[in-house]
Amino acid sequence: MRIEGNTNTVVQANVDLFAPIGRDPSGKERIERKSMSTWQHIRYRLFSNKLAMTGLVIIILITLLAIFVPIISPHDHFTNDLENTNQPPSWNHWFGTDDLGRDMFVRTWKGAQVSLFVGVAAALIDLVIGVVYGGIMGYYGGKVDEVMNRIAEILYAIPYLLVVIMLLVVMEPSLTTIIVAMSITGWINMAWIVRGQIMQLKNQEYALASRSLGASSMRILFRHLIPNAMGPIIVTLTLSVPSAIFTEAFLSFLGLGVQSPVASWGTMLDDGINALTVYPWREFFPALFLSLTMFAFNVFGDGLRDAFDPVMRKS
Amino acid sequence: MVRFILQKFVFMIVSLFVLVTATFVLMNAVPGSPLQREKATTPQIQKNLEAYYGLDKPLIQQYGIYLKNLLKFDLGISMKKRFYSVNKIIADSFKYSLRLGVVSVITSVIAGCVLGIIAALHHRKFLDNLAMVLAVIGLAVPSMVMAPLLQYLFAVKFRLFNVAGLERPLDYVLPTIALSSASIAFIARLIRTTMTEVLHADFIRTAKAKGLPGHLIVWRHALRNSMLPVVTYLGYLVAGVITGSVVIEAIFAIPGMGKFFVQSVVDRDYPLIMGITVFYAVLLMVCRFLADIAYALVDPRMRNFTKKVA
Repeated sequence: MRIEGNTNTVVQANVDLFAPIGRDPSGKERIERKSMSTWQHIRYRLFSNKLAMTGLVIIILITLLAIFVPIISPHDHFTNDLENTNQPPSWNHWFGTDDLGRDMFVRTWKGAQVSLFVGVAAALIDLVIGVVYGGIMGYYGGKVDEVMNRIAEILYAIPYLLVVIMLLVVMEPSLTTIIVAMSITGWINMAWIVRGQIMQLKNQEYALASRSLGASSMRILFRHLIPNAMGPIIVTLTLSVPSAIFTEAFLSFLGLGVQSPVASWGTMLDDGINALTVYPWREFFPALFLSLTMFAFNVFGDGLRDAFDPVMRKS
Repeated sequence: MVRFILQKFVFMIVSLFVLVTATFVLMNAVPGSPLQREKATTPQIQKNLEAYYGLDKPLIQQYGIYLKNLLKFDLGISMKKRFYSVNKIIADSFKYSLRLGVVSVITSVIAGCVLGIIAALHHRKFLDNLAMVLAVIGLAVPSMVMAPLLQYLFAVKFRLFNVAGLERPLDYVLPTIALSSASIAFIARLIRTTMTEVLHADFIRTAKAKGLPGHLIVWRHALRNSMLPVVTYLGYLVAGVITGSVVIEAIFAIPGMGKFFVQSVVDRDYPLIMGITVFYAVLLMVCRFLADIAYALVDPRMRNFTKKVA
């Protein structure tokens, strides 16, 4: 065997000193653990995070109850029963009744429907706008990026609650208005996350390979780059749900959001606060479930972030 | 550095202009005249009213007047509280919001830092877990749940504080806790993350090797380096406190600006809505602008800022 150095010296190695060892027959070096893909790793890390799993279970339970309770229950959320106002929790009315004799149990889960719907709808709108806008910013860079970034910065500087309240003045207060109003500035955060990811990813070899095979920019962006940025996108998405739920409850609490007789946790809290000392259950149940929902989404989002980003987890 | 400040300043002005214009357009896009009442008025009275509020002029001219008045800090006259100028209403109510806001911001920063430092120093131990559980609760329990709960427990049940109002110093306790709990939690988590990172840095090891006592290491080296993200967050903290105070003022019956803002929206009192919106916006944007500059001053890496930050 001849090994050549980078100068012209030639080293003569003695072949007899080497022997092939072949495979290790004892199996000591076998890899016992099944090899895991990235997504399996993420799932594993997420599932072993107890707090995040608690959050997920709470989210699932609240969603199921929100869907089925109003269907199954013998009561509904809007019929007044003036002979049974302000009843404490009982076998017939599990969470008691409010000042118009409406069943608080059904109203609480109707409120959950509103909250979850607002949270998910606002998050999805932010997702679509944010990914497209941020993707284009990050992928094209240069002048396009600069102009689009400036527009986003100017919008972002406007306090979003002011925009929401202004829109509620102009448009009818309704769920749609709230969601539209929240989306006006809500997508910017997502856009910046996506932009940062795409800027990193677009110089990877697979993007170059795809381009040299003749793929269009849009195809590279949406088929190759965005799927690889999925982690941060999902985390941002999950964490934007509780803030949307909070905003809806905030507006409804002030009487600017969802209007009676539609049940929303915000309006129920506002109703209950006047009767807090006398009929505390009217405040207690919406307060409990609003907090529980926000808690669940927050810890689940944190768990997702840790699962996607093990570097953060170590610190 | 100068270029950085100028750039941020220009952005602030543009954002403000966009908001002011959007406010004007939105308010004029509402169908019907804000002066229409249920009671029928004679055309002459209607005309006089329109002239009083300057609504008889063409829209473009109204916009010009509106901008000119804004530059003179004149926000117009309220439509529901006749003879009250918007400036007067803001001047009367803002002092309450300002006091509560300043107390809350200071509380948030101090309590958040203390909680975060404790968590970072006892990383992965009992105190850390306790602090982080508190932080998650602070983030999850919204102010409109926290405030009535505190009110019920400490003012009604135990009678430690007044239920409402903002007269005595003790009256600040409950609204401040309710208003700052979320930001305390946020700052605590921020400090914990950066500080655990900083505590592993080489310069901390050097400080330890020099024999510097623990509290000095934390105070001089670790905390200063962990404060950077908090400085960036300050601008948003002010925004959170101001918007949060809208709810808190309603619950604790504080005659602050938030209360008038909600009232103006319910009353459709357009000059007041516009006035308070613009006032809030200026306040928030100036705070963010100052936070940006503070960040640049604190972070030595930003001092020789010549290129645009990507």
